[in-house]
Amino acid sequence: MFVNQFLILAAVLFCIGVYGVIARKNAVLVLMSIELILNSVNINLLAFSMRHGSLDGHTFALYIIAIAAAEVGVGLAMVLLMYRNRRSIDLDELSEMKG
Amino acid sequence: MFAEATEAATEVALKSGWFLENAWVIPIIPALSFFLIIFFGKRMPKKGSEFGVASMFGALVFAGGAAYQWIQRVNGASEGAFISPVVKTWTWWQNDGFSFGIGQHVDGLTVAILLVVAFISTLVQIYSLEYLRGDRRYTHFFASLTLFSAGMLNMVVAENMIQLILGWEIMGLCSFLLIGHWWEEGANSRAALKAFFTTRTGDIGLLTGTAILFFSANDWTTKNLGVSGFSIRGLSSWALSGDPGHAAITMGAIALFIAAIGKSGQFPLHTWLPDAMAGPTPVSSLLHSSTMVVAGVFLVARLYPVFFKGMDILSGSANFIVVIGGITIVIAALLAFVQTDIKKVLAYSTVSQLGYMMMGLGAGAWLPAVFHIFTHAFFKACLFLGAGSISHSSSHHSFEMKKDMGGLRKFMPITFGTWIISTLALCGVFPFSGFFSKDEIIDNVGHNGYNVFMYVGLAGAFLTAAYMTRATYLTFFGQPRGASAGEHHEEESHDSHAAHDDHADHGHDSHDAHASHGPHESGLLITVPLIILATLALSSGFLNALPFGEKFENFKKWVEPSAEVFNPTGIAYVKGGLGEARVAADAPTDSSVAPDAEVVSDSETVVVEDAYATAAEGEVGPEMLRSTAASGEDTHSEESGHHKSPCGTEAPTQGVCAAPQLNHAPFKWSKAGLSMLIVFAGFLLSLFVCIQLYEKKNKKFVGLTERNKVLGFGYKLLVNKYYLDVLYEKIIVRSIAHPIAAAVYWFNQKVLDGAVNGAGTTAKGIAGWVYRNIDQRVVDGAVNGTGNAAQGAGSALRPVQSGKVNQYGALLFGAAAIGALVLVIVNT
Repeated sequence: MFVNQFLILAAVLFCIGVYGVIARKNAVLVLMSIELILNSVNINLLAFSMRHGSLDGHTFALYIIAIAAAEVGVGLAMVLLMYRNRRSIDLDELSEMKG
Repeated sequence: MFAEATEAATEVALKSGWFLENAWVIPIIPALSFFLIIFFGKRMPKKGSEFGVASMFGALVFAGGAAYQWIQRVNGASEGAFISPVVKTWTWWQNDGFSFGIGQHVDGLTVAILLVVAFISTLVQIYSLEYLRGDRRYTHFFASLTLFSAGMLNMVVAENMIQLILGWEIMGLCSFLLIGHWWEEGANSRAALKAFFTTRTGDIGLLTGTAILFFSANDWTTKNLGVSGFSIRGLSSWALSGDPGHAAITMGAIALFIAAIGKSGQFPLHTWLPDAMAGPTPVSSLLHSSTMVVAGVFLVARLYPVFFKGMDILSGSANFIVVIGGITIVIAALLAFVQTDIKKVLAYSTVSQLGYMMMGLGAGAWLPAVFHIFTHAFFKACLFLGAGSISHSSSHHSFEMKKDMGGLRKFMPITFGTWIISTLALCGVFPFSGFFSKDEIIDNVGHNGYNVFMYVGLAGAFLTAAYMTRATYLTFFGQPRGASAGEHHEEESHDSHAAHDDHADHGHDSHDAHASHGPHESGLLITVPLIILATLALSSGFLNALPFGEKFENFKKWVEPSAEVFNPTGIAYVKGGLGEARVAADAPTDSSVAPDAEVVSDSETVVVEDAYATAAEGEVGPEMLRSTAASGEDTHSEESGHHKSPCGTEAPTQGVCAAPQLNHAPFKWSKAGLSMLIVFAGFLLSLFVCIQLYEKKNKKFVGLTERNKVLGFGYKLLVNKYYLDVLYEKIIVRSIAHPIAAAVYWFNQKVLDGAVNGAGTTAKGIAGWVYRNIDQRVVDGAVNGTGNAAQGAGSALRPVQSGKVNQYGALLFGAAAIGALVLVIVNT
């Protein structure tokens, strides 16, 4: 079994996620990009787990899925509040905390 | 015989008692009271005087108890046996193997002097309640007075030289404070300084002598007695053991005697004593009767074996002590004739009487000298308090006999009566106490072969009778003069007396009211002490009344240490505190007892075995020793009734001695009659001259000193006190102090100031450079630089905090990417 196909897929997903986090102005899209990043990591964990015949990686992947769900919950709640206050979810407008 | 005697002594265990075992408490009581007075005195209803009087009374009770128990101890012991002193030591401080003890050494001498000191102090404090009423520094006066007594009591119970020096110096300090009590007068503070410095001059001898004796004696005392070379009993035994080299013990004794000269006002350091009259009268009384000045005599009596061997007493030739004592008797008595101040007459009288004591000690008359301390304390205290009573109630605080007294016998019957009794005691008239002590000194001095000094003593007795007659005549007889005649002091005469004892200026106003009523008797607080002292001046001589037979020789029995050889372990030795447990009190002294039976520690076992080994070799056995000692002695041994001990004459081969064997002159009425005749001749001649001079104003006598050149010269010499003060102050002090002062001034100006100024300038230059370069540039630069750097970094980094989430994410991932890159590079 070749690990590198999985790794390449994970790297591609990661790069797409990073691009989304940096370039997108929509907050929801940024959250989704973060999900991509997290899942690329999951793929990596599972790939190496299969490679070594151990269940550790699966366990970590399950944890990450659970944390990602919580993160998305918190993130969407913030987006909702943002929208309530400003009627917009454009991240460029949220620069009031600049130094 | 010797062995039997000591055996008998050990069979009867020596009695002791609580007061005797705890005599060290006696100085503690007034010492504590001193602190109470200092801290709480001013808040007390009686301004602290109650503490003083109560503590002295407590000390008196304790001293009385100790004296009673000591007498029990002596009476319980067998005849002629060595009665060991009650000794206790605690470790005071330790340093490098030396431990300095503090404790008590109680024997007959200690007990006698303790009793006298506590007694006189109590009476003087009671007297002071009235005499100093309303004084500005009433509380401080009582504090100093109490500490003064504490110092003397501590010195008397001292177990070793260090403790003795402690008490000695406390007295020096307190005498300074008390003499200068009214220091607003320049004369008073000068007198206080003079007393302090003069006695300090002698004190150098005390330190030197103690050091010499310590380094000479320490090895011997540690080895043989287990005590240090400071210990009184150690030094006493060492002096008689034959161990000390002649030079060492002589130098030590001379040094210590110089201290005694300073403290006890012996020629040539007696000059401070008359000036010490500047203090309040109760101070003079205490100072001159039982405490300060007796300290020197006590020192000689305490360490008598050291002086005995060091000065070769009883060797037949004159020694340092007897010569100084003899000179002092005569010169001080002569000086008393030209004084117009009644206290100064008494001061010189004290000096002269101290000369008697010293002469007695120097001539081997230990017991009469100590007895003279005892009796002299009572009558001299009475005389001083009498003088104070006169000035307090009749002469408006003046002590001038010629100006302000006269005819007072009618106004002050109690003062007059006590004065007369004390005067007769001082002159040594038969049934009064002075007779039994002073005559004994003169008698024994002659008996021991110091004939010249016996005549000096007789001459002194004549002079004493004469000057006391003059003082009594001027004070109590004739017509009242000056203040006593009711004359009010005008401003200028007031000032002329101010130099003496006029403390009306010092918040003593309450007396001005009744002073105007003319002469009258003093109050009870003054007269009761006078009456008590006069009673004792009359009766205390019977403690050792030689003419009435041996039954009356109690003082000798109780106080004089036995000159028996005794085993060192026989010293009642109770050691507390840190020391090792060595209890060898009343251990068997029989030589047949195995040495390890009574000795605890190993090192001492060795010592004792050595001692017995030499005895067992039989070179000089105890019996041989006895026979040689007996054959070497003259017929006095038969008179004294018991055998002579070798102590003092030769080194004991078995055991040690605590006191030298001394002779006692048998009493003869013929000798006493001679001295009585001389005293009465003094009375009559002086009375005749006084009447001619002061009453009848006889032309032959008045102005005699101006007409006759020889008498005029003598008078001038006396008035100027033999020019000793001039010698000390103008010549010695000036010739030494002034060049030193000039040199020191020059040194101060040129060297010290130069150095200081130079250092200042240099420091200023360095400081300027440091300011400009280091402070301004380096330190400030660093501080400012830090601020600037932070500010710069802040403004440089500010754009990073844009508030844009995307940018933060980009930075995060960029950083992660760089981190990953680094990780990869490092791992490959």
